[in-house]
Amino acid sequence: MTLEVEMLIKRNILYIRFTGELDQSNVEKIKVKVIELIEKYHIRYLVFNFKHLNFMDSSGVGFIIGRYNTLKKIEGSIILCSMNEQIRRLVMLSGLQKICTIKKDEEDANIFLGVA
Amino acid sequence: MNKIMIDMQAKINNVTFARGAIATFLVDLDLTLNTLNEIKTIVSEAVTNAIVHGYQNDEEKMVHLEFTLENTLLTLLIQDQGIGIKDIEKAKEPLFTTKLQEERAGLGFTIMEIFSDTMDVISEVGVGTTIICRKNLSSNE
Repeated sequence: MTLEVEMLIKRNILYIRFTGELDQSNVEKIKVKVIELIEKYHIRYLVFNFKHLNFMDSSGVGFIIGRYNTLKKIEGSIILCSMNEQIRRLVMLSGLQKICTIKKDEEDANIFLGVA
Repeated sequence: MNKIMIDMQAKINNVTFARGAIATFLVDLDLTLNTLNEIKTIVSEAVTNAIVHGYQNDEEKMVHLEFTLENTLLTLLIQDQGIGIKDIEKAKEPLFTTKLQEERAGLGFTIMEIFSDTMDVISEVGVGTTIICRKNLSSNE
């Protein structure tokens, strides 16, 4: 497996912690799971934790935009945290920082969401 | 000079392989992590495009790769014999995608262009697409 994903739910927040590499070969599986959890647990906030993600390409960007479009309708939002330099550049290039909140780490994300 | 050619089936898992292959090809060079990541991203985007767009996920088809290093000039060639691109300029526009419902970001070409020194796209409808990205590895940082 090139990617492992740990998901955790706290109130209406879904935390998605990636380990490995996110690309077109594994994005679809994660997408199905995340969509299911958002619906089932009335998730309004997604926290993407990239701490252990070594690589991401535009497949990952497409996935985040897709989730943004879903959460926008229910006035939710997306927080991206613990990005390495490669992922940060991709996020900036693709303009994701305009539709997502960027935080240093999960702790900062929790403070932002008022659940620290 | 060093050159490697790879023909691989258009299986989406081979995107990961292609990224690993280019990283291994360049392993002896003292590249910054940043430069290496740019190159891996170019390969990842181009191979994904070949499989998802060129071949519409037909796994029986083959994607052809050529990595060439001449002194410090790296040339990456990614070729498919798929459906081809009708309007290359349109395809290169940021956020343009023919697969909106599949959540493609429409950024593949934009990212490849930014991370390369030069990018050439040769494409003909019904014949296929060849992407040639060149990057001088001494001019980075």
